[in-house]
Amino acid sequence: MAYIDYYQVLGLKKDATEKDIKSAYRKLARKYHPDLNPNDKEANKKFQEVNEANEVLSDPDKRKKYDQYGENWQHADAYEAQQQQAGGRPYSGYSGGGAGEGGFNAESFGDGGDFSDYFQSMFGNMGGGRGRQAKYRGQDYSSELHLNLRDVLEAQKQTLAVNGKNIRITIPAGVENGQTIKIAGHGGAGTNGGPAGDLLITFIIKDDLKFKRDGNNLHTTVDVDLYTAVLGGEVIAETLTGKVKVPVKAGTQNGAKVKLKGKGMPVYKKENEFGDLYLNYNVAIPTELTDKQRELFKELQQSI
Amino acid sequence: METANLIEAAVFCTYHEIEYSFISSLEEHGLVHLILVNEQRFIPNDQLQQLEKMIRLYQDLDVNIAGIEVVVNVLQRMEELQQQNLNLKNRLRLYEQC
Repeated sequence: MAYIDYYQVLGLKKDATEKDIKSAYRKLARKYHPDLNPNDKEANKKFQEVNEANEVLSDPDKRKKYDQYGENWQHADAYEAQQQQAGGRPYSGYSGGGAGEGGFNAESFGDGGDFSDYFQSMFGNMGGGRGRQAKYRGQDYSSELHLNLRDVLEAQKQTLAVNGKNIRITIPAGVENGQTIKIAGHGGAGTNGGPAGDLLITFIIKDDLKFKRDGNNLHTTVDVDLYTAVLGGEVIAETLTGKVKVPVKAGTQNGAKVKLKGKGMPVYKKENEFGDLYLNYNVAIPTELTDKQRELFKELQQSI
Repeated sequence: METANLIEAAVFCTYHEIEYSFISSLEEHGLVHLILVNEQRFIPNDQLQQLEKMIRLYQDLDVNIAGIEVVVNVLQRMEELQQQNLNLKNRLRLYEQC
């Protein structure tokens, strides 16, 4: 467990006044507040650090203890017991901050909602105890859900385990890679009656080997043999929902594109609306010709 | 009018320990739209989350109404840009795989 320099966290010197601390905290809180930095884990982490530093430095008793022991936090308890015996002012501790006395509790911020181990070692499990009544919204939890492209062709229900609780969610059809949905109230618990945070689920959609996605549209490559490309005919093309026969115009060029309307991805939150599927024709040139075929090609060449 | 999806503004203010004048100022700035039913003001459910966010900005960060308006607009712009950025990244993926 590493020592945390709370003064450094707030960008202050050790002789900072209460006003300096308040001002530095406000400035950093405005910068890193989760409401101002949605989906930003780094900012959330920073906000937690800033809060913790403020929790200690803005409370005269906590600050005194912190200043006194600082880097020697491991010996704080032993040192205090000694002081007590010697008739020094007993340290009342902060773990028993009474109901309604406010401040943070250890479940408010950070991974799993804890203050740092360092803080808890110095001040116990509870912050506060100074009569502050501030309500704090619980932390947002972030989670990733990995899916295949074909998994989002239809809306589907899925049960997720979040912090020991099962949450049943509906994954809307057509959800995009990197898209985040918010499940309100399923994040960390709030403090002093503050609301719970939200659960943010980011969808990571794996690339499909056959189909490339561009918004609601899909792209795929279809091989067309030279003769069909020259003379016209049809090819069998694969779509996400099965195979279809597609006519090929005579004189189709390599790289030509054909649009299959409505064969793309379902449009997010728009029932029965679909994007398009683009077939990119790859004209396959024969590489191994028989003597007879070579003759015929030469004949063809000379005829042009 | 059906009030099942509406929260009475007075109840909301009591819960959040805020003056009604705060909500009223937000309404004047077009940041929240209250609904009048039988001479009582209600907050639609779909505005609750945004309203709670504005209260946190006001209470936690001492941001005044004008500041909240700026923050809300900037956040909205940021959200649009994040969405654009995501779309562009996804498009880029399409070309990187070719």
